[in-house]
Amino acid sequence: MMFRYWNPHIERMPLPDLQKLQENRLRSVVRFVSAHSAFYRQRFAEAGVAPEDITKLSDVAKLPFTTKLDLRNTYPTGMFCLPGDWIVRYHVSSGTTGKPTVVGYTQGDIDMWTDSLARALTSIGLGRGDVIQVGYGYGLFTGGLGLHYGAEKIGATVLPMGTGNTERQIELMQDLGSTAIACTPSYFLYINEVAQQMGISIREDTKLKAGIFGAEPWSEETRKRIEDATGIKAYDIFGTSEMSGPLFTECHLQNGIHIWADYFLIEVLDPQTGEQVDEGERGELVVTTLDKWAFPLIRYRIGDLTILNTEVCECGRTHPRIMRILGRTDDMLIIRGINVFPSQVESVLLRMPEIGEQYQIIVDRKGPLDVMTVKVEVTEKAFSDKISDLMSLSKRVAKELQKVLNVSAEVELVEQGTIPRSMGKAQRVIDKRKV
Amino acid sequence: MVAIKQISIFVENKPGRMARVAKTLSDAGVNIRALTIAEAGDFGVIRMVVDDTEKGYRVLRERGLTVSETEVLAVELKDVPGGLYEIAKTLGDHEINMDYAYAFVTAKSERAMLILRVDDIKRATQVLQEAGVRIATREEIQRL
Repeated sequence: MMFRYWNPHIERMPLPDLQKLQENRLRSVVRFVSAHSAFYRQRFAEAGVAPEDITKLSDVAKLPFTTKLDLRNTYPTGMFCLPGDWIVRYHVSSGTTGKPTVVGYTQGDIDMWTDSLARALTSIGLGRGDVIQVGYGYGLFTGGLGLHYGAEKIGATVLPMGTGNTERQIELMQDLGSTAIACTPSYFLYINEVAQQMGISIREDTKLKAGIFGAEPWSEETRKRIEDATGIKAYDIFGTSEMSGPLFTECHLQNGIHIWADYFLIEVLDPQTGEQVDEGERGELVVTTLDKWAFPLIRYRIGDLTILNTEVCECGRTHPRIMRILGRTDDMLIIRGINVFPSQVESVLLRMPEIGEQYQIIVDRKGPLDVMTVKVEVTEKAFSDKISDLMSLSKRVAKELQKVLNVSAEVELVEQGTIPRSMGKAQRVIDKRKV
Repeated sequence: MVAIKQISIFVENKPGRMARVAKTLSDAGVNIRALTIAEAGDFGVIRMVVDDTEKGYRVLRERGLTVSETEVLAVELKDVPGGLYEIAKTLGDHEINMDYAYAFVTAKSERAMLILRVDDIKRATQVLQEAGVRIATREEIQRL
């Protein structure tokens, strides 16, 4: 496979030039939002900062944060910075955790989004001649259309499947020779399961070589499972609807997601203090858009937890990388006072070959105590017929979880196929304490 | 080889799970010779000897159940006091461990059979045969 650049001039730009570009664009964005938005003028006034105060990159720290709450309070379009006749498209989040959020795009914003994905898809070796099966939802959700435009831009053939209809996904994957698929990692695992039931091996009977997986946190262990089971390369993709949609992926080296610095300025901050964490430390991702105009973001707190890596990648790209998203600040469960991320549970489970890829975390309250139960499926390989083996398996899982989480969990072994499969974002956590 | 294949199925301890297994076999025309359920809290293991093991195993798997095959011995029990003692003592004397056992009576030949899972099936077969215990073959179980 050949690995190329979509825009070598930008992607390999020397760091001082890239920083200069960011600095210029940051100044423009700050002036722009201040001129066009009452919301930002008020925020800047409250923070005692004027556009003229922003001259160098580090001045970004003077700017006030924005959050999802601001988006909700200004629903539907109170944070837009251009009037409606500039907008060529809306996307709307599902609003499962509250009021939906509306995102608007100018034609230029769509072009930026598309270009960002064109660079990303090229960096994993896709291009003309590839058939990219888009298994993200089309419509108000950004995943389907985002990938669709990016894939067309690089000259690949798009198979616009959307989610669901799993047997048909597999049939067309075979008949039309899909070489890459974009969907949630949990859905791909399910596709593989159904393929096996149909007597089809993704490794032997399809041309699939790459998966572009995201829209839910997933672990390094899941990557290994997917790659071992199907022979494809599994790449992490990142982006949120507020930022446009899916925007960035790892390059073929699979060592962190390249964030295009000419389009986005990112900071990784301590969620409590708002101060920058040391490089290599985990923190909350905060983004400022540098080339997005209908709905720009200034220091928007995405809520995703990650680690920043500013080293130039071996692939030659100079743009900063974020290491795998470790979870979201709002995914975090507090069990008996201890912070637990579903991604931690996943990384423990998928290291154990005896249990399946699907799991569910159920949190409940028994009297004053929080009780966490982790449901896992026993794989056929691990099922030995001896009760004692099964008991020791569930004990071993519980012990490993306790070691990593510092909180005890009950482990429940369940039959294969009984944990609900999802076509989109998997529901891994059921918190009964909230109802 | 006198060892026969037993089918084991992993099931959650929930209403309707046994019915699903039984219906799957019944629809496929597979007849259950002997069956036992071992339960351990949230889950259990159904173990059974059927007339057509290959078919039984296949249809259960196709139904999405977690199934495994285990080699066991089907030993004929004398229907007199001490029948079980003789078998257990022979195995014990030779340091062979019995993991589990379950018995059934055959309708046609009116014989009592004991399904035995041991840690060393080869030696168990040998010492039991030397002690004059009859071990049923796969064909016999099929014909029962």
